[in-house]
Amino acid sequence: MKRHHFGFTLFAVWLCSVPLAADDGVFDQYRDLMGDDNPAVFVIDEGEELWFAPQGPESATLEACDLGLGPGVTAGAYVRFPRYFADADVVMDLESRLVYCMTTIQGRDLDVVNAKPYSLRGDFGTEMEALVTWLAAESEGATIAPEQTHAAERAMYTLGEEIFFYRAGPHDFSCATCHEQSDMRIRLQALPDLTSHSGAAEAWGSWPAYRISQGLVRTMGWRLRDCFRQQRWPELQMGSEVSIALQTYMAVNAAGGTMTAPGLKR
Amino acid sequence: MTTIHAKGISRRGWLRWAMILGAAAALPGRVWAAVARPEAAFGATALDEALAALGDTPQVHEGIQFTTPDIAENGAVVPIRVEVDSEALPNVRKVSVLVEMNPNPLAASFDIPPGTEVYIETRVKVAQTCTLYAVAEADGQLYMQSRETKVTLGGCGG
Amino acid sequence: MAGRIKIRAQKKGDITEVKALMRHPMETGMRKDQAGDAIPAHFITEVSVFHGDQPVMQGHWGAAVSANPFLGVRFAGGEAGDPVRVVWTDNQGGTGEGETTIR
Repeated sequence: MKRHHFGFTLFAVWLCSVPLAADDGVFDQYRDLMGDDNPAVFVIDEGEELWFAPQGPESATLEACDLGLGPGVTAGAYVRFPRYFADADVVMDLESRLVYCMTTIQGRDLDVVNAKPYSLRGDFGTEMEALVTWLAAESEGATIAPEQTHAAERAMYTLGEEIFFYRAGPHDFSCATCHEQSDMRIRLQALPDLTSHSGAAEAWGSWPAYRISQGLVRTMGWRLRDCFRQQRWPELQMGSEVSIALQTYMAVNAAGGTMTAPGLKR
Repeated sequence: MTTIHAKGISRRGWLRWAMILGAAAALPGRVWAAVARPEAAFGATALDEALAALGDTPQVHEGIQFTTPDIAENGAVVPIRVEVDSEALPNVRKVSVLVEMNPNPLAASFDIPPGTEVYIETRVKVAQTCTLYAVAEADGQLYMQSRETKVTLGGCGG
Repeated sequence: MAGRIKIRAQKKGDITEVKALMRHPMETGMRKDQAGDAIPAHFITEVSVFHGDQPVMQGHWGAAVSANPFLGVRFAGGEAGDPVRVVWTDNQGGTGEGETTIR
């Protein structure tokens, strides 16, 4: 049993470290033909409508929601996340901040709001995905500049770094197993080095992204949850400390980079 | 309307188009459904069967420029472009796109009235690495170009 | 939220280039959802592009056209400000429509 595990781990590590440069431009022609017509434009519109749609027992819109730059200020808000909020006295990522606003401003039930943040196969996008996509688009071209002034924000970065290198699960994987070297790939997908500024900036700045294979826009929260699934770790909960810590680690490493989201990915 | 590229179009052909277009224009918001959908070809489960339902065996024609990626990052979305040089191959009124190994090879068929360039861009699903066909119909004859597109398995991330 | 269309129509010399992106799942009917139940086929069957009142192209589609379909066509003529419209119907009786003006 132990030997089997070891062999599997070796295989999995090999999968993640085929030493070929990125994807060698093999998809350049494909991406050229795809052009810049990104179906995420629909999700941006849907997110904007949802922001201004009265919902919940309070029949309130999210316009009173403070994303850190003041109630209702959406432009440039995304690039400052994750950040500390005094009203909740915690560091929040955008998704948990939206949940906070939905429950406090709109009076919606926390369990209901948390029940299904991300789409399943065959879905056509959730409210959370739409809101995050619109808010990312509201920061398009902005410089990634997560807050690191509050002690809790700096502690979140330290925790994120620790989790990033923490090996666990049946495959004894850490995030770093796949994401601390450059020029590595899985099959033909290039793996960014998230410990480097350029790798983190490219990755952090291009999510949320329209995932072609799923016909959906996916958020960074989903992306991290799926990394956990691929590592055979327990399911990563939206808005959990672990998720926010890893996002803080990535965002801070990405600081100074440019938001290009919503991206268009395989 | 009859001033647009009327060259080479028979009077009868024009009347047919004018009727179809007139019917469509009279129904704003409704799809122009007067041109029949090639149901038999869509229902075909093999390439030969689909081609037979579209007409005769197509001949390869250099006037058709068919662009597909050599290798697609994702088979769910394979960008394709069909462009016909109207001097090399005039009177093309229909363009169809077929994917050899799909459960139903015919992916899409386009009716093109006079005045419209024979130029179509879309994105299709390709179940597995195989040959894609662009078939153009001109004066009742079928012509084609084909291209192989490799489909890769996704890794994670990206 | 289905039914939306994003259209760009641009005049390039004598040609007007139309690019349309449609919001549609384009389900083949062969996929299963998380619970293992088949997701019913749901795809655009007919799509038309109009320049003013004149049809420029009609497409007949199967389920093999990709989700959130993209369509690019070119037609002769067209002037800046002319309306260009794209309409579709699907196999479940749904419709979508979008309009823009030539730039």
